[in-house]
Parts: sequence; structure tokens; C-alpha cells
Amino acid sequence: MTTLQETVLTILETICETDAVREDLDLHLFDEGLLDSFGSVALLVEIESQLGITVGISDFDRDQWATPQLILERLAERQ
Amino acid sequence: MTPYTNIYYFIVLVFLFIPIFIAGLREKKLPVYSFVLTVLLLSSVYLSSLTEFLSFVCYIIWQIGMVSWYHFYRKTNNATSIFYFFIFFTLLPLLLVKVIPFFHIHTMIGFLGISYLTFKSVQVIIDLRDGTLKDYRLFDFASFLLFYPTISSGPIDRFKRFRQDFSSIPTKDEYRSLFFHGTNKIFQGFLYKFIIASLLNANVIQTLYVQEHSFLPTLIYMYAYSLYLFFDFAGYSCFAIGVSYYLGIKTPENFHLPFLSRNIKDFWNRWHMSLSFWFRDYVYMRFVFLFTKKKWIKNRYTVSYLGYFVLFLLMGLWHGLALHYIVYGLYHACLIITFDLFDRWNKKHKKWKKNKWTYGISLFITFHVICFGFLLFSGRLF
Repeated sequence: MTTLQETVLTILETICETDAVREDLDLHLFDEGLLDSFGSVALLVEIESQLGITVGISDFDRDQWATPQLILERLAERQ
Repeated sequence: MTPYTNIYYFIVLVFLFIPIFIAGLREKKLPVYSFVLTVLLLSSVYLSSLTEFLSFVCYIIWQIGMVSWYHFYRKTNNATSIFYFFIFFTLLPLLLVKVIPFFHIHTMIGFLGISYLTFKSVQVIIDLRDGTLKDYRLFDFASFLLFYPTISSGPIDRFKRFRQDFSSIPTKDEYRSLFFHGTNKIFQGFLYKFIIASLLNANVIQTLYVQEHSFLPTLIYMYAYSLYLFFDFAGYSCFAIGVSYYLGIKTPENFHLPFLSRNIKDFWNRWHMSLSFWFRDYVYMRFVFLFTKKKWIKNRYTVSYLGYFVLFLLMGLWHGLALHYIVYGLYHACLIITFDLFDRWNKKHKKWKKNKWTYGISLFITFHVICFGFLLFSGRLF
């Protein structure tokens, strides 16, 4: 597991308050009610402070950031 | 003339659109004819009053000037103070139009749809500031702002989404499906606005009995007005969306069965969606982001709740500077915070389990809470 993946999954675990995000990388975070707009902001703030990757709020399209796997892909593109 | 208010408007519109339909099926765009149509249809909305027309023209020039100027500035600089300066001056016309009548000063400035257009300019300035919008073009923005199907009351589109549709030409098959979807929407609008809403208005709301100010008539009014508000505005939105589809623009939906919401958060994802998503993305999320990043307030829930107050207070005020709109905003802020506290409590204690009974009760409670909100909104109580 890469450091990016480990860091992101730990962040998601804290924000979503469940380790299901680690077990199922295709879990739909918004549909399952694990992530809402407040959680999304917390996610973006943590990504910026822990990984140094800045993602604008208008870049955060819910369809493109829907699952842990998709989030990892979007971040890998920006690294 | 307000668009979509009578059947003649539709007859004239379909007649004027015949060249658009033919061109669409031949995979062509008609830039000159579309420009003529824009001028013609916007004139039909604003030319009935000279001051309204002049207000509209000045406003459009002002907004295009502000956004283009900020785009020019943002190429080389990115000062926070300048950003707020531009946000303020973009909001200024709307503020003047809303605040001046409050002091009982009679002016003729203002025009139909000013508040919806302001959402469009502000989002572009914020996107430019974020750096997510780099290839801004004045022509695209002017087309976005002057897009006449949604000029009077939205739905509020996003610039980047609009531009994608605007700059592409649908294939013959795609255009055919856009055409059918659009027609379907317009007929849904006829059902909603001209049949259901107008029947509710004439046979319930306007009756002498329901106009009485005692308990039972007010209760009936509450249900009837809530349904009327939905069918009237959802009907209008269907027209605006349907006509947009004819022009190859997939304007976003505004409603998704709002009276079947499970809770108040769910409701705001289903009611006047283009507005509530705008407030979510450009007010609430940015407020929370700023406060969390700067660590001004430690408790993350406090930040979120303050964000809800800011959002709903602004949304209330945006409807007008009147007490009942402010109360309506605060009411919804309190509801969403109460729900959030309950939801978090329930995640721990698991008292409110998910089954068809609790689902039914949730729908029932949410429906009534929403209807009471609309009663406040109607201004009937105070």
C-alpha cells in the first residue's frame, strides 16, 4: 500500500467514522450517507494539510469523488 | 411580458423555433438566428417598461465588465482583498434593488430575474478565484448570462456545464432525444402550472372560507399553498428546462419529489435544487472550509452549524427583506441543526432503526414540518 493510499484511507476512516471505507474501496460514500458537504470540506482540508494537494471546492464534483477508489485516482492525477 | 405565463407565448415560441428544430436535426447551429431570437425574446420580457429595459441593459454591461475585469486581473494576481472587492461590486446592483425599497424610497430600478442572474456572475468570479476556470471568454459568459429560457427564475446553471453544451453540437439522434425530452417537460409543465396549480389556487386558496384567519382555514391554506408553490414553480422549471433542451442546453433539474423527503437534509437535496446546491457549494462549503482551515473555531460541529445559519439566513434574505422570509430562513437552519444532532445521537444509540414504519413516519413528519415552513414563507401569519 502506498503512503498516499494509507493517508487517504486513514483520513476517510476518521471523517466517515467507519473502517468500511478501507474494506470496500468501491463503497459509494455519498449514497451511503457516510460523506456529506460538511464531510467533504473536512476531507479537502485534511488532504491539503497532510498531503499538500490543494483541491478547489468547485473541483469537487460528487460523481467524480464518489468512492475511496475514485478519490485516490483524482489525487494521484494531481500529485 | 413574463415568459411562460400564457399559451400564446408557447405558440409563438414553437413557431420561432422551427428553424432551430430543423437545424438541430441536421447537426447544425444557427448563430445569427439564435442571436436574433435572443434579442427578440429578451425584448419581449423587458421592453414593456423603459426603465426595466434600461436597468437590464446597464446591469448586463456592469456584470460582464466586472467578471471580465476580474478575469484579466486574476491572470497575474490573486489578492484576497481584490477578490472581495469584485464580489461586493458584483452583488451591488442586487443589494441596491433589494435595500432601496426597504427605506420606502420609490425608484424604478430593477428588473425581472436580477437575483438569478447575480448567482451566475458570482459563481464565475469564485471559480476564477479558485483557478478552476482558466479559459474564460467574454462571449461564452455573455451567452450564459443572456440565456433567455432561464432568464426570469432559473434554474441556475453552472458556467462550466453550460459552456460544454453550448460549444458542442449534438448528433442527429442526440438532438431528437433532446427534442422529445424537452417536449415532454413542457407538457409536464402545462399539467403542473396551468392545471394543478391554477386549480388549487382558484378552488382552494382564493375561496372565502380559506381566506378566513382562524385555525382550520389556515391549516387548509398551509397544505394547499405548499402544494401550489411546488406545482407552480416546478411547472415553470419544466418550461425553462424543456425550452433549454430545444436549444441543446441540458439545464439542471430543480425538483425531485420534494414531498417524499425522509428528512430535512433530504428535502434540501430535492427542493429548488439549483438554488440549494448553489448555496451549498458557494456559501456553506466555503464558509466551513475557511473556518476549519484558519482554525478560528475549534469545534467542527459549531462551524457547521454556524455555516447553516449563514446559508439559510442569506437564502431567506435573498427572497426579500421581510420578517417572514428571515424567520423562514432561521426556521430551516434550526431544523437542519436539530436533525443533525438527532442523527448523530442515533448513530451512537441506534434507537431509530431503518424499517418501513420508521420510513413512513419520517415522511409524515418531514412533510408537515416543510408545510409549516411554507406557511411561514407565505407571510400569512405575520
